[in-house]
Amino acid sequence: MVAIAESVPKPAPRFQFILDRRDVLGSLMVAPAILYVLLLVGVPFLMAVYYSLSAYTIYDPSWSFVGLSNFEDIIEDPTFRQTLYNTFIFTFGSQILGLILGKFGAFLLLRPFPGRKIVRALIILPWVVPIALATVAWQWMFDSLYSVINWTLIAMGIVTRDEAPNWLGTPELAMLAVIVVNAWRFFPFAIVIFLAGITAVPQDVIDAATVDGAGFWRRNYQIILPMILPIMTIGVVFGIVFTFTDLSIVYLMTQGGPIGATSVLGFAGFQTGIVSGDVSHGAAISVFMLPLLLIVVVTMLRFIRRREI
Amino acid sequence: MRRMTVTTALQETSFYSAVTLFVVLAAFPFYWMVITSFKTNGDLYNVSHIPFWFNDPPTLEHFRYLFEKTLFTTWLLNSLIIGLCVTAITLVTALPAAYSLARMTGRNGEALGIGIFLTYLVPPTLLFLPLSRVIAELGLQNSMWSLVLVYPTFTIPFCTWLLMGFFKSLPVEIEEAAIVDGCSLFGAFIKMAIPLSLPGILTVVIFTFTLTLQEFVYALTFVSATDQKPITLGVATDLIRGDIFFWGEIMAGALIAAIPVAIAYNLFLDRFISGITGGAVK
Repeated sequence: MVAIAESVPKPAPRFQFILDRRDVLGSLMVAPAILYVLLLVGVPFLMAVYYSLSAYTIYDPSWSFVGLSNFEDIIEDPTFRQTLYNTFIFTFGSQILGLILGKFGAFLLLRPFPGRKIVRALIILPWVVPIALATVAWQWMFDSLYSVINWTLIAMGIVTRDEAPNWLGTPELAMLAVIVVNAWRFFPFAIVIFLAGITAVPQDVIDAATVDGAGFWRRNYQIILPMILPIMTIGVVFGIVFTFTDLSIVYLMTQGGPIGATSVLGFAGFQTGIVSGDVSHGAAISVFMLPLLLIVVVTMLRFIRRREI
Repeated sequence: MRRMTVTTALQETSFYSAVTLFVVLAAFPFYWMVITSFKTNGDLYNVSHIPFWFNDPPTLEHFRYLFEKTLFTTWLLNSLIIGLCVTAITLVTALPAAYSLARMTGRNGEALGIGIFLTYLVPPTLLFLPLSRVIAELGLQNSMWSLVLVYPTFTIPFCTWLLMGFFKSLPVEIEEAAIVDGCSLFGAFIKMAIPLSLPGILTVVIFTFTLTLQEFVYALTFVSATDQKPITLGVATDLIRGDIFFWGEIMAGALIAAIPVAIAYNLFLDRFISGITGGAVK
């Protein structure tokens, strides 16, 4: 065999031989993906952190290092503190509302009933339709003159036309509106995650608990909840990360207004860094997202590791 | 067990009312989209009309306007081109990467896979500042090709993760048999693993495409020329002239863009879920 192989050399046999080593071919195959991500996520990530420590604006691309002074500037700015506060309210408000709706919805969809597939398809819509498009629909529903919500409230006699709320023009109501829209967008995802978790709990475990005398609440909170906790954590991690860093809902519905009442970190970073061209302060605002993201990522890694044991 | 008593009848009623409530909550904005896009302006902007149905006969006026007087078809085409290019880039990089991480790199592969997936969580609102500089350096500012360059930064991690799970679920014996029969390692991937994972590849194609359609932040940041915009951005930002919102046209455009994504997701939902939860449920 060896003699035959040597007498008829294949083209570039050495090359072939190297490519048949698992580790070599393995690294070669994974390299393009890693390079792409390193160059366009890893490097920009470091650049963003450096920007936040520099004096870089589009008018002064000098990159000079200024330490933490950008952070000092933005922390002293009351609008930024308002923005930071808004971001937490927006994120946790919509996550909690979304999770409650999700838990309840999953509970309903767990039981088979005629038309369940169609109901599921309709309930999933808010999460799948591009959020920018759904947001414009909501903006139209919250319109100051032709709001269908106000029309209904007036028709039901709850408010009169003169005192009908201006949803996106009043600070508290505008915040409520963006939270509702975000919770609305998130709750189908929560339903799906809950369902995936609950259906994965083996029926015999639940049966065994029932036989042993566990009631409804005990089954729910001491058997099912711990078992679906890993999958729920991943769902919540996604929800928090994407809400905390989002700008589309706020950008389209309120432009951060009225008077900064709905401005969130992503939106403020965009306004300062892109629109006004003050890149370094914009980056500093965006970098404020990192501590929370880090906590979230560590939580997620812990769960993934626990899963492997 | 199931006796038809007053209590069960009451339970059934409350169950179905709750389901109805949820459906209305989820779907009303889309119903509103549909009804707005087919209403005449006279009907839309009259507060004495009941808004929930047609008071005047429905009209196609908004759709006609959209296709004839706006760049709507250009945006559709842009989105199609962006989607196709990003899907191609994603497949070419994510397929071999996922296979390698699932089969060839052992325990390091698992860690690397998680690492790649975590980059999916790095937010666009942090990266857009440096990326807009990268794009300016490359001369791609204000062009939809900037999006072709940037979108793979989230589709590659996502799809690598999805495909990794898929390859792991394939029986390794088939490729081993091919290698014993004289196939090279790479040949086993091309001739065995890829044909066997066509359903997974199809899922990835669908999701890459929908992810590009759903993206808004990068498009908003990098593209401001009207004729370069993808459909989501065009509909959301360019149908407003002056301060006036043309709700009929906006809702008609949103409707057309939303329908394909909604259908695709509903067909592939289960795969999507098992993909992102990455076997967290075993």
